[in-house]
Amino acid sequence: MPITHPQDHHPLPLQSQLQTDLALDIKNLSFAYPDGRDALKHVTIAIKPGERVALVGPNGAGKSTLLLHLNGILQGEGQIRVGGLTVEKKNLPVIRAMVGLVFQNPDDQLFSPTVFEDVAFGPLHMGLDEDEVRTRVEEALTMVGMTSYAARLSYHLSMGEKKRIAIATVLSMHPQILALDEPSAGLDPRARRQLINLLQTLPQTQIIATHDMMLVREMCSRMIVMDEGRIIADDATSALFERVELLEAHGLERPDC
Amino acid sequence: MPVQPFDRYQEGAGFLHRLDPRVKVVLTALGILSNVLIPDGAWSAFLLTFALILYLTHLAKLPWGFVLKRSLIILPFTLTAFSVIFITPGTTLTVFRLGPWSFSATHAGVIRFLSILARGLLSVQMAILLTATTSFADLLHAFRHLRLPRALVGTLAFTYRYLDVLGDEAVRLMRARQARSARLPGVSVRQGVRWRGKVTGAMVGQLFLRSLERGERVYYAMLARGYRGHIYTLNPHAMTADDWVFAWVGGLSLLAIQLLARLDLLLTP
Repeated sequence: MPITHPQDHHPLPLQSQLQTDLALDIKNLSFAYPDGRDALKHVTIAIKPGERVALVGPNGAGKSTLLLHLNGILQGEGQIRVGGLTVEKKNLPVIRAMVGLVFQNPDDQLFSPTVFEDVAFGPLHMGLDEDEVRTRVEEALTMVGMTSYAARLSYHLSMGEKKRIAIATVLSMHPQILALDEPSAGLDPRARRQLINLLQTLPQTQIIATHDMMLVREMCSRMIVMDEGRIIADDATSALFERVELLEAHGLERPDC
Repeated sequence: MPVQPFDRYQEGAGFLHRLDPRVKVVLTALGILSNVLIPDGAWSAFLLTFALILYLTHLAKLPWGFVLKRSLIILPFTLTAFSVIFITPGTTLTVFRLGPWSFSATHAGVIRFLSILARGLLSVQMAILLTATTSFADLLHAFRHLRLPRALVGTLAFTYRYLDVLGDEAVRLMRARQARSARLPGVSVRQGVRWRGKVTGAMVGQLFLRSLERGERVYYAMLARGYRGHIYTLNPHAMTADDWVFAWVGGLSLLAIQLLARLDLLLTP
């Protein structure tokens, strides 16, 4: 039985059509939740292609809320441009393929019965044809080293496996930016190490919201400190780690040794 | 951790396991329809259907008694049809007296009751065979490709995926309650049914809220990957020659059973 695909999908814009000097350009972004609570206040961030940036700050600082803005799930006031494309309603299908959002809890991200279907979800909804979808699933599972898991049920996987599958579900969409929410939370040391090694092999621009300062020091040359919806500091990781009093004022710790 | 306790799939390599799930779903539906259409008292047709089920059990490499044992769970439900024994008009067999009332069991009534029992058992056995040889994911695929309403299939899929996640959450809540249900020695605790009810109610509320929030996060995760109101799936199955042969043979067998049922009744007035 033939499968109908959406006809209204937008082809990805060619690289040459985009200003690629900035992978992500956020200007003066503010957002308040429906209950009136301010979650983001005048956030401005510019990230170059290939950069790996840590987003740190206490719980409730607005890190996850910011990530949800990157592909237009939440829309606040201000301007966001992803690879030169403004995040607005008509661009959303393209933007969602460009920004791969990896949620904190993989049980939220892996909603299909089998691993294969979850990894295929993104490419299918981009309107790609069947062969291309299969190729991408295979490729994404190879990248995270989980090819033999395609037919498995997500429920039966370990936390580390789920996290890697969750990353595969966005890699299959060929994103230019990976936005990861607490990627190392809930992992045992070995699974955490595997995850860090995996992220380091990926060429995409990465924005990592995390409390794992060891991971920040190891992976991210740049660090953005957020608190109460504001950007407190945005500098080289090594420079910010010297400012112990600033870190402590915002509930953070410098990793020892 | 519960491992999909409601999943009736039996891992196996039988012929039925390899069949296209669409063929199995359609034939199961037709089989149940056929059971319903077999007239009262056409015992040969009922027997033939049962023989067919046993043969399929064998093809599926399941133990002989497998479907029979599992189908017994519907017995209590068929008992609701018990009254037909007394309300079907026909020659009276015996009369039961209960105080001022008397019930007369009729010949036709008994036949009708046994036929209803047979229909129920056979239909449930067919469904058991289907779920034992088809994984849930495959069943969902079959439903989707058979054009069942998307909302229905989607609901089934999410229920399957999150039932255990929710179950685990309930178990954690219960453990947390047990861990704090302490009692000091010599102190008698007066916690009545009302208090327990309140605690349980609060827990159910908690579960509901957590599910609601999870639903929202899952929706975000779907949006993030391009969901725009329709779920698309790849068809991992293709009809092979075996599937077509089985579909035809299965369909014709059901037709033969129907003919036999009519003939049976004609020959034994």
